[in-house]
Parts: sequence; C-alpha cells; structure tokens
Amino acid sequence: MSGLLAEMTAKAHALNVPLNVQLDLTYRCNERCVHCYLDHDDHGEMTTSEIKRLLDEMADAGVFILTLSGGEIFLRKDFFDILAHARRLMFCVKLKTNAVLIREHQARRIRELGVHSIQVSIYSHRPEVHDAITLVPGSLQRSLKAIRFLKSQGLKVTIANVLMTENWNDYPGVRALADEFGVECTLDPTVTPMMDGNRSTLRLGVDTATLREVFRDKTLVGDVEEFCAVSEEASEDSLEALPCSAGHTACYVSPYGDVYPCVQFPLPTGNVRQQRFVDIWRDSAQMKEVRSIRLKDLTTCTQCTHVTSCTRCPGLAYMEGNMRGPSSQDCEKSLARTGIASANMLSKKRVAANLIQIRTLAAPTGATA
Amino acid sequence: MTKLYVARSPRVAARSLDGEMMIMSGQDSTLFTLNKTATILWQAADGATPLDQIVEQKICREFEVEPAVAMKDAESLARQLASHGILQLDEQPIVSLGTGEPR
Repeated sequence: MSGLLAEMTAKAHALNVPLNVQLDLTYRCNERCVHCYLDHDDHGEMTTSEIKRLLDEMADAGVFILTLSGGEIFLRKDFFDILAHARRLMFCVKLKTNAVLIREHQARRIRELGVHSIQVSIYSHRPEVHDAITLVPGSLQRSLKAIRFLKSQGLKVTIANVLMTENWNDYPGVRALADEFGVECTLDPTVTPMMDGNRSTLRLGVDTATLREVFRDKTLVGDVEEFCAVSEEASEDSLEALPCSAGHTACYVSPYGDVYPCVQFPLPTGNVRQQRFVDIWRDSAQMKEVRSIRLKDLTTCTQCTHVTSCTRCPGLAYMEGNMRGPSSQDCEKSLARTGIASANMLSKKRVAANLIQIRTLAAPTGATA
Repeated sequence: MTKLYVARSPRVAARSLDGEMMIMSGQDSTLFTLNKTATILWQAADGATPLDQIVEQKICREFEVEPAVAMKDAESLARQLASHGILQLDEQPIVSLGTGEPR
C-alpha cells in the first residue's frame, strides 16, 4: 500500500468510513472451478435499479475502491450499465473475472469507462491443467485471448493464481506467462470452505511441505531469510493492532444484498434491501463486534510466537467456529514459513496426547501388592 | 483576456473524505489528495464554468482573498492538476461525456 493510501485508510478508519467494498453482482458462472466456494444458482439477485441505488448509497457513505466480482460479472446483461453508473459516481473500479466473455469490444468499453484494473483467474499455463480446474474445455485459451485484448487497450491486468494440489507445480509457468504479457501475477495458497460451511474444497489445498517449498522460492518472496524469519516478541502496542481491515474500512455485499465484513467472512450483518448500506455499516451489532476485536483479544493466538506476523484470517477463523480463534490454514502457513508450530497446533497436539493418556487403574479394594 | 475552462478528467476516481478529495489518476494510478481550496476548484470544474467565475463565486466567497491573487493561485493549481491528468484545461468550454459526479 502506498504511503498516501495508507494515510487515507487510517483516516477512513478513524472516521468509520468503508473505503473499500467488494460487490458480487452474481454467483452465476460460466466456469465450474473445482475449488469454488459458491452456489451458482440465482436465488434472487439484486435488479439493475437496486444495484444502482446501492452504488449511490455507497458513494454517499464514502466508498472509494469498488471491486465488482462474482460469479462471472459478464454474465449480467446489465453489466456495462452498472459499470457506467459506478464510474459516474467516480468509484475506483476494479474487476474480477475469468475473462472468458471479454472480446475486443468489451475491452474497449472497459477502457472507455476508466476501470482501474482487471484481475483474471489463471490456474496454469497448460490448458490440460487450467481447463481441468475450470471444468470448461478451451477456457485457458479464451482467458488468455481476453488478456491480450485488455492489454491492447492499455489496461492494467493482474493474473490471479490459486495454488492447489492440482496446479502447484505450474506456478512458475503462470508467472512466465504473466511476464510475457507484461502483467502482474499474484499467487494465493488459500482455498476457502464453501459459503454454506461445506469444507470439502479444503482437500484441494496444498500441504505444509509444498508450502514450505513455495515459501523458499526467492523469485516469489525475495529475501527468503527475511520472509521466513520468526517475528520478534509481541509488544503491548502491537497487540492493540487490528486483525485485518474487514469491518473496519472494508466489507462485502452479495448479489442478494447481504452485507458481510468480507467475502471470506460470512457473518451476516444486514441486507441493503431492508436497510440503507450506511446504517448497516455503522449500526449493525455484528459489524460492531468485529470492529471491537484487537489482536490482544484473540484466544490462543495471543500466546503464539506468530501473533504479529501471522496472516490469520478472521473470516476463516469464524468459519472454524470462533472469530476470535485461530485460523488453522494460517497456522499451516506460519509453520511452513518458519518451521515453528503455532500455539493452536501445539494445543491440539496436547489434546491428542491427552486422549491417549494411559492411567493406572486403582487397585481393587482388598488387593495386596 | 482569454477565458480558461476546466473540467474533471473522466478517467479519474475520486471521493471526498472529511472534506479532503482523494483522486486516483487514470494514467498511472497515482493517488493525490487535494486540500479544501483545491477540492472546491476540482468539484466546480464542470467544463462549462470559466475558471475566473469559479474563483469569484466559489473561492473568494469561501476564503477572504483578493480575486487577482486567488485567480493566479487557481490557474497555477489548475495547470498542476492538468499535468497529472486529473483535470482538463481549454480556452473553450469542455464537453466531456464521461465527467462524473464527485461526492
């Protein structure tokens, strides 16, 4: 984050302004990615006019960065109408898409409307791997063609690569592809449970040994020693820090108008069909609860070596059952990075040890040694 | 004396935060913040109102400043903002279909 953006974010936090919102326009999708956390049926998406009214409310509430995502955003026939409205309201608009439906015309329109950047999901440089993840034959070629259209319009494109068991070997190939296109590339090893709580997708996540290898790739992390270093002991000040921006300067709105602290934090806080966006943001009891949590309030994690350097996601912790608890996936990342088990992992080991503890039976009354 | 017209660039993103305007350039994603005076100028830059009129009606009324001094500062500021691509300048009224509504 640039210095000025960090400064404005701090100011937004002090003023309780939701600077950054992700709005999913639809959960429908033209791909069926094996790791996806969404139910792709339409359960009553917001209409064009409902979304426009929401955008007006968001602009009035001070939202600056608006990420339009899905599902696949280009499946909405009113997508450009919504985008044009968002740009009239002068949001900094970022798009997340698989880009399969983007042709020259769409790329030109995106540029004309002054979109900030477009994130395109690419899982491998090899069609047989990418298409096996999206379950759509030919999808890699179509997405790559779209990136060329977007680049030819001078747009800023980022390739987003999710690291899974099925594709982890291919991340250097995806990075090479990004270099060839002259676009940025992000790599995320987080696979999330489905929004309904189903955790079957987690089996696709890479194991600690693989993560350990990835975290020691200097082309990815730069200074490996620094990246993998154990953090210094937490000070009282550092424990006053916020766990993340969810609910503080950022939130998420679903296609049905439900507001959550983050796309990865499915704690319902209100619905914009019933209440004004700003009222949910300011007054929802759930938002206030999320907002009240500091690092010092976390159970287990405050005792952990990694407490100040961990990537702990409060949403993943919530999905594990406690928004103040640990997020096991992030414990795995800290272990892979530093080689040191988290407090959560150690406490689970202790519980496991207790379960197999052998107790000496008391001698029966009257027995003699 | 030739009139100078100013219009907000349609390629930028902008939002007011506690009276201070945050603007992100569409050219290179650079973030700017404008102070109160610059924010007034930028918000009034509709492409149709000449700069001297904006200065007289918006800036001189808000701040106790001599019109000539305010005009000189405003022109310098407008040229500076134009050099970053966040404002358009012309001697003719500017018709910009994409100019947004700053909030």
